[in-house]
Amino acid sequence: FTLLLQPAVSVGNVGQLAIDLVISTLDMTKVGYFYTDCLVPMVGNNPYATAEENSTELSINAEVYSLPSKKLVVLQIRSPFIKNKYRPFCEALLSWVKSSKCARVVLLSSSHAYQRDDEQLLGTPLRYLLTPDLEKAVGGQVKELNWKEMEKVASYPGVSDTDKVLHIPGGGITKLLFTESCSEGIQMAVLLKFCSEGDNIPDAFVLVNYLNEWLQLIKSEVSTVRSKWKIPSSWRLLFGSGLPPALF
Amino acid sequence: MATFFGEVVVAPSRAGLDEEEEAREETPEDREIRREIEKKREVDVLWSGGAQQPLVCSRFVVAIGRNAAAFLSSFILDSVCWEVVGVVKLWNEWCKTSSTTNVLPTDSFCLFYRLISDPTVLLCQCSCYVAEDQQFQWLEKVFGSMQKKGLQVTILSTCPVADYKTQESTLTLVSPFLKALKTKEFQEQVCCPLLEQPNIVRDLPAA
Repeated sequence: FTLLLQPAVSVGNVGQLAIDLVISTLDMTKVGYFYTDCLVPMVGNNPYATAEENSTELSINAEVYSLPSKKLVVLQIRSPFIKNKYRPFCEALLSWVKSSKCARVVLLSSSHAYQRDDEQLLGTPLRYLLTPDLEKAVGGQVKELNWKEMEKVASYPGVSDTDKVLHIPGGGITKLLFTESCSEGIQMAVLLKFCSEGDNIPDAFVLVNYLNEWLQLIKSEVSTVRSKWKIPSSWRLLFGSGLPPALF
Repeated sequence: MATFFGEVVVAPSRAGLDEEEEAREETPEDREIRREIEKKREVDVLWSGGAQQPLVCSRFVVAIGRNAAAFLSSFILDSVCWEVVGVVKLWNEWCKTSSTTNVLPTDSFCLFYRLISDPTVLLCQCSCYVAEDQQFQWLEKVFGSMQKKGLQVTILSTCPVADYKTQESTLTLVSPFLKALKTKEFQEQVCCPLLEQPNIVRDLPAA
């Protein structure tokens, strides 16, 4: 069976950064793209280029990569949703998941760190969610990993006996995709990290290592966390061009 | 997010999704308003009587933005060799296109010209801003009117030097300078270096 790995466009773009690391490290091959009117258009040269020769392949906002040896398909999303278009995108995505017979979907996401409650401020900033169908399949495996499930919150905070609902602030389409997958019987896992906007590269590393604990995409060693994942060449100059020397 | 002075502000998130928008269910009134706005924001492509669709086109040059449009006006277009064959009408918060074909350089417009001596050569001057939600429509409606076999498309646009990401400071860069992006299918020689990562192109030129 094939596993689809994809990001949600969420706070700090952590999911997308983590997916960049996966595609870059596993040297995945591009196999297709989504021709969609739901995302802001963008285009550039190959973001995973390693040499002059492979640097001139065009890249757009929603592309699919694959690694048949690991039965892995990865979708990367590179621009924000156009107003009112995130719902049609989710519908199109889930119907593609069903028609392409991807057995499982793993969604990498993030949520606003400042919205955590007192308990969430302590301990790990990583959370997971499993749809009921996936819970049946891998619930035991995940339990072994000692992961923390994303807590539900009171729908009216402060009022004591209200229903508890899932709330993922800053998570973009995460909640919508997850709730839709639950009702459509899709095996989906959400892995997310609490974070804030800023330099989110460290958050991406934490999230991708979290993912690796379960999927074992690369060999995990006890040594330094950063060295195993390959940073793509497009991560250069993330905060702008060089500074003019006359500034100092 | 807390600022230096201790006040809490809501920073615009790169997630791009407005939380309130997501949580609220759409009422029938909301839907009606949304439909009205969508209708107002529709992109209309009008071709003149002489232009038979699908347009047979061998070369299509699209100039997006005031600078690129001005380039075409200054160096290529004239009333002797070129005739107007089409216009795009659209409205958004930033501009409304003028419906006349006798435009001033300061107007917002989107016009199509055809080379009289070779009617398969088309030019588009698009000085109006095409909003995010209109870009795909523009693309589909314009290219939808064309026969695309053997078609070569050239897109001209400009970006501020300050947006260009490079190792050195942009202050010391010799500008203006040209960069290009091309598809695999474009086999001819490109007249300038290719755009290096991490630089990207967005909006209508990207679409």
